[in-house]
Amino acid sequence: MTTTDGSAAAEALHAVRLRVNGVWHEARVPARRLLSDFLRHDLRLSGTHVGCEHGVCGACTVLLDGQPVRSCLMLAVGARDHEVTTVEGLGTPDDMHPVQQAFRECHGLQCGFCTPGFLTTAAAFIEENPDPSEDEAREAVSGNLCRCTGYQNIVASVLRAAEIAREDRA
Amino acid sequence: MTTKLFGEPVQRVEDAKLVTGTAHYLDDLGHEALGVAFVRSPHAHARVTDIDASGALEVDGLVAVYTYDDLPAADEAEGSTVADPLPLLIPHPALHAPRTGYALARDEVNHVGEPVVMVVARDRYLAEDAAERVVVSYDFRTPVVGVAAARDAANAVHDDVPDNVAAYMHQEVGDVEAAMAAAPHRLSLSLDVERSASMPMEGKGVYARWDAADGSMRVYSSTQTSTSVRAAVAARLGLPAGKVDCIAPMVGGGFGVKIMHPWPEEVLVPWAAKRLDREVKWTEDRREHFVSSAHERQQLHEIEVGFDDEGRLLALDVKFWHDNGAYTPYGIIVPIITSTQLLGPYKPGAYRCEWWSLYTNTVIVTPYRGAGRPQGVYAMERTMDAIADRLGLDRAEVRETNFIQPEEMPYDHGLTFQDGRPLIYDSGDFPASLAKLKKLADWDATLAMAEAARAEGRRVGVGLACYVEGTGVGPYEGAHVKVDTAGKVTVATGLTTQGQGHFTSFAQIAADELGVPLSDVEVVTGDTRRFGYAVGTFASRAAVMSGNAIALASRKVRAKALRIAGDALEADPGDLEIVDGHVRVKGSPTSTIPLATVAVLSNPLRYAFDEASKAATQFAVGDTSGPPVADDDEPGLEGTDYYSPVRATFANGMHVVVVETDPDTAEIHVLRYCVVHDCGPLINPLIVEGQVHGGVAQGVGGALYERMHYDENGQLLNASYMDFLMPYASEVPRIEIDHLETPSPLNPLGIKGAGEAGVIPSAAVFAAAIEDAEGFPITRMPISPSELFDLRARHAAGDLPSLHRRPTSQEKS
Repeated sequence: MTTTDGSAAAEALHAVRLRVNGVWHEARVPARRLLSDFLRHDLRLSGTHVGCEHGVCGACTVLLDGQPVRSCLMLAVGARDHEVTTVEGLGTPDDMHPVQQAFRECHGLQCGFCTPGFLTTAAAFIEENPDPSEDEAREAVSGNLCRCTGYQNIVASVLRAAEIAREDRA
Repeated sequence: MTTKLFGEPVQRVEDAKLVTGTAHYLDDLGHEALGVAFVRSPHAHARVTDIDASGALEVDGLVAVYTYDDLPAADEAEGSTVADPLPLLIPHPALHAPRTGYALARDEVNHVGEPVVMVVARDRYLAEDAAERVVVSYDFRTPVVGVAAARDAANAVHDDVPDNVAAYMHQEVGDVEAAMAAAPHRLSLSLDVERSASMPMEGKGVYARWDAADGSMRVYSSTQTSTSVRAAVAARLGLPAGKVDCIAPMVGGGFGVKIMHPWPEEVLVPWAAKRLDREVKWTEDRREHFVSSAHERQQLHEIEVGFDDEGRLLALDVKFWHDNGAYTPYGIIVPIITSTQLLGPYKPGAYRCEWWSLYTNTVIVTPYRGAGRPQGVYAMERTMDAIADRLGLDRAEVRETNFIQPEEMPYDHGLTFQDGRPLIYDSGDFPASLAKLKKLADWDATLAMAEAARAEGRRVGVGLACYVEGTGVGPYEGAHVKVDTAGKVTVATGLTTQGQGHFTSFAQIAADELGVPLSDVEVVTGDTRRFGYAVGTFASRAAVMSGNAIALASRKVRAKALRIAGDALEADPGDLEIVDGHVRVKGSPTSTIPLATVAVLSNPLRYAFDEASKAATQFAVGDTSGPPVADDDEPGLEGTDYYSPVRATFANGMHVVVVETDPDTAEIHVLRYCVVHDCGPLINPLIVEGQVHGGVAQGVGGALYERMHYDENGQLLNASYMDFLMPYASEVPRIEIDHLETPSPLNPLGIKGAGEAGVIPSAAVFAAAIEDAEGFPITRMPISPSELFDLRARHAAGDLPSLHRRPTSQEKS
């Protein structure tokens, strides 16, 4: 960042190095730069969405060393030396992760805005619990808000994703 | 043979992008654009006495600070009208005192969140830094909060509207006074609904790109109506409409709030982009969405009903008071809908409805999914339950007694609907719907189960509610369908998409009409560059309006394809069919020509730019007797058509919920939720059921959790997702659905809208079930466990009477 006005003081920048979706990135960011904004606007990985900016809706969920975290509640500098996985890192249109396949198959999304947070959350969940019950699947996504689907097909998608992942392993 | 796609649960074609993070929403665009922050009023009612922006000038990266005072001079210099009051979008004769705000507050503010100062900086962080340093001084005035305070009119929101009444309307059919007086039974009810909001996961946002060399503006907006935003921006900025384009990128939900336009920000961001000759973007944050977009639902209803021994309505007299917030830019659509859709599937006897729309110092009111229907259905269905309770009749039976019968369709209520046209139901079979619902919900067994549970001391109750929903209102939508020389089909319609699956359902319609595989069809919505005439996505109208327009445009293209292929194959077009993207002679599959080639032939060429185009060049075509393009023809295998209905088509549905309330904590648990829904033939059952699921979930939220909690100062106390309780997966029950498909006679596809259905009867059906579980009337929604707990205490103290069917031992004696 550069200063445009002579008299105004520019923010101090801090070096960060972190691995996102398998690729190491180095950048200089203000201390207050949110991880969500860093991913979206600095790295242009805009698949991670921001719904509430205070950690309630879960749309911005990414995996930090494999664990779901709310990227709107983390600073970019706090992710230094960590491994971040965003929805773009789960899979691509031609090579989808089981959760991505399942959400498409089960109509587990409508507007799609909350979906990346559900996908990252569900991806971590089925790693941990490869054969969940319906109640467990519901519980796993009960920290994420969706305004479109009424969750019926999201729960079905999580169960289906676990099933696809089991089939892939077999 | 091409399989028919209409009616098939086809997987959505848009999902591959959405699940891999490669689709783009508003804030995914314009990473280099300048950022915007607004200084918004922290007071509900005040005069602005001074604005001191000097502190902001010290902020690194500041580009501009604008207040209202900057706007008139700019208008004079640039020929714009940004300083004018924002437009009144839907004028109505009954709206006798309309008021709209300004893009930036002029002299006074009328709700917390009203924009006062606009700050533009290198990015949003810096814009917020600068906004924080702007000091606005206010002279406080007494705020008017809630319907009761507005009605009392001890204080006024607008000085020149001392009674706070923006609109008064009266519709009457029959002689209510006489019918009421003659009725064997009469009942009065007072019913209250609080404010909620659409609350899409993505808030609003606008991103503007001014091209100074071309004198043109491109605006991206998270909107439900890009054509209207374009028209509004062009009008405000004084630009020719042809120099402004508006594109709705992927939109993260709307549910009504994004049909309002132009939002102040939609005017100011393009205006600043042009002035600064820079890209400018504003993305609404969640708190801004709570305090500066729109809410809906708050109304007080007073109902008097006269009925006979069978529970048949003889006279229905409804008065209600609607809270429209600080301004009325969207007019009075919501109360008009309540007053007409209240009637549901019933014949009301003599009907009178009077309502008053009132100003309050709160966020404006515009339609939220359901748009006045949830309140109307709540009023009517609570009335039905009260009649059944008074007469000791089964609640389903009383409803059946009052149903409009299928043979009475089309049924004219003698009223005027929200589209200014007569309220005439076109279709529906209400007895059949109820029969299906009773079967799905095991009505008699469920009632017996609840009664048995209550006999054991549990609190189990059953609710039933019915509704009719006018969908697919005009004026029109259109579509352009084009087959390119690779045989690929592009469908462009002007209305917008917020997750309803239009890219799939519209493609299904076009693929069927044209006889091409689904994978060959691409749908574009909400982009004025691709289709410039449209109204927007609201009132469950997208499938009805654009769906039919796409079918009609596709039929034009099909006819043209058959004509051109007929010439090429030397066959009568009437003997041709299109199967899997090939035109062929029926019964002679070898006599065939690909649609791609037909597209080539449709466009006579001088130059062969590729192999395929050689067939259309001037020395390749055979007949040289006439002009290459006939007088009444156009080049290209494409067509445009519009669908404009004479009036709305009416979908309907019925819901049953079974609840159990906790005897100690008064928590409300849902045991079953059943839906029967009639939106005519389903284009894609997967998508329709998804719409119903989402509506029901919003209904659960609206009945049990969501409310806008304003204090007496007009401060919204729960303006965050932490405090405004939207349901998570843990709060939404499993939803059981069955469909009845009575086609609409009004449109070529016979379809009716489905978008809002799920949410409409929720307040009514939950109130009914909780009342049934508890044994005393529920008249105020939403209801929380603590409110139910208080009602129990009042009931126990004898302050609240029991239902007639559940007298306490004292009441019996």
